[in-house]
Amino acid sequence: MLLVHLSNINKIYQTSHDLKFQALKNISLSIDSGEFVAIMGPSGSGKSTLMNILGLLDKPTSGSYKLEGEDVAHLSEKVMAEIRNKKIGFVFQQFNLLNRTSILDNVTLPLIYGGIDNQERITKAKKALDQVGLSDKLENRPNQLSGGQQQRAAIARALVTDPQIILADEPTGNLDTKTGQQIMEIFRKLNNEGKTIILITHEVDIARYAKRTIRVRDGEIK
Amino acid sequence: MNHLETFRVAMAAILANKMRAFLTILGIMIGVLSVILLTSLVSGLKTTITKQIAGLGSNLVIVVPGRIGGSRSPGGVQANRLTFADAINLKNKLRQDAQVCAVVQKTGTLKRLNINDKGAAIFGVQANYEKIISLKTEKGRFINEADVTSGRRVVVIGATVVKNLFGTASPLNQTIKIAGINYVVIGIAGSRGSIFGIDQDNSVLIPLTSAQKQFGITSPNTIYINALKAENVKDIQAKAKAILNKRLTEDDFSVLTQEQALSTISTVTNVLTLGLGGIAAISLIVGGIGIMNIMLVSVTERTREIGLRKALGAQTEDIRNQFLIEAVTLSGIGGIIGIVLGILLSLLINNFLQTTITWWSVLLSFGFSMIVGIVFGVAPAVRASKLDPIQALRYE
Repeated sequence: MLLVHLSNINKIYQTSHDLKFQALKNISLSIDSGEFVAIMGPSGSGKSTLMNILGLLDKPTSGSYKLEGEDVAHLSEKVMAEIRNKKIGFVFQQFNLLNRTSILDNVTLPLIYGGIDNQERITKAKKALDQVGLSDKLENRPNQLSGGQQQRAAIARALVTDPQIILADEPTGNLDTKTGQQIMEIFRKLNNEGKTIILITHEVDIARYAKRTIRVRDGEIK
Repeated sequence: MNHLETFRVAMAAILANKMRAFLTILGIMIGVLSVILLTSLVSGLKTTITKQIAGLGSNLVIVVPGRIGGSRSPGGVQANRLTFADAINLKNKLRQDAQVCAVVQKTGTLKRLNINDKGAAIFGVQANYEKIISLKTEKGRFINEADVTSGRRVVVIGATVVKNLFGTASPLNQTIKIAGINYVVIGIAGSRGSIFGIDQDNSVLIPLTSAQKQFGITSPNTIYINALKAENVKDIQAKAKAILNKRLTEDDFSVLTQEQALSTISTVTNVLTLGLGGIAAISLIVGGIGIMNIMLVSVTERTREIGLRKALGAQTEDIRNQFLIEAVTLSGIGGIIGIVLGILLSLLINNFLQTTITWWSVLLSFGFSMIVGIVFGVAPAVRASKLDPIQALRYE
């Protein structure tokens, strides 16, 4: 089933009054439900811009973006936030966990904004933490965990809303090779269970875990 | 996201930085505390003076030098142009309807053996003073007509003077020195309490003539006119004005009824309340600026957190409310602690100076502290809510 469909996406930044920078040029791509796709490219290639648009953190200058057949390219901030909350799970290079709150509370965070009641939040968060093997760290603070464990907590946070897409932006960038591989195994396992995963990376070894690779260079798909 | 959740998030943020929260709260707390304390002091002053004036009786008309109230009060210190002749004139012309008593006032040192009582108030009064201002003579007798006509050196002393000069000894028929001259104690006046720390009982009453002679006083400080019938008060006030106007101008004297004296006091204390309350309110605003400062720092510090929350689906108003609730909670806690401490402190001070805690000052200062929280919390909260999640997530 077609999940993501981009056609002729352009993104132009107006850097100053008469200086424009085109980050994305006529990007068209389709991703089916259940795919594991790597978007690869060197830094400055536009892959982060592409991820921001796919994750509804940013709007394209022109072109259409259909998510589950629904046009989402030009929505209001409010609706974009709702779609991010319900349909997209983010995993960042920097983990981005809140250091002052427990792992369990970190994982429940998206559910709070989704308006889910407290009891259900805890049940879902525990289940997601169980999927990444962190059931014994519920009450720990992020800074009490290793980098790999923190990234697993972040993956649990992305999973907890049962999103249509998991968007992982250089998820192994801050980890050593071995830990990075363990994290990638988790993504592989999740994909085997039917999750759609879009991975942004510049490392070939990491991209190899995906079933399909899309290469971006100078804002274009090669 | 409902408000309870937002409140929990805000509280967690406050608790995560307790020292900072405490210092922010302190600013608001001091502001609220000072508003309550200063207004309760002024209200206490008003209560005391009002009680004293009300105690004089509603038949009283008071003549004082200078112009009090009205739209064009001349500034500065004016010479007292009232004379004793004016008092006698009033007495003769109002004989049918009222009693008249001229009073002079001085400050001086009292002495018995080698004990000094500095700064006592010395009143020169006539024999009808006791009745006119409803003073009670507790022991001995008050000054009589004969004392006044012959300028006898006799004195009625206040409770504090008794305590200071005599301790437990009986003062009646003893001799004390008033500004160096010997007087015989003939009576002890009933206690009248204190007004704003000035002890009304640290005073002595001597015959008007004795005071005039000893101190060379030519003008009365006050002329009391006591109407025999309450319904004549307005009439007597008008007559007294007319009589004095024949010799003096309107700027030289004021004739006040008890009611007008009360409203004058009211005007003065209202100005005091506004002035002092206003100064205290400035400290509340300074506290608010403190909150704004802390919240702006907090927004900058938590840029990544804000970006993350937005990426995870937080709406603009969720973020705004979170920071706004944080600011208002800080100012609200400061307000509540300020109220509690302000009330406790006024009750403590009430042991020395009368204080009256007014419900409106409590409500007003608390309301004001909440408004300060909102006003100074809005800018940082809006700034936080407008952050672009992409930029915010990249922030180091």
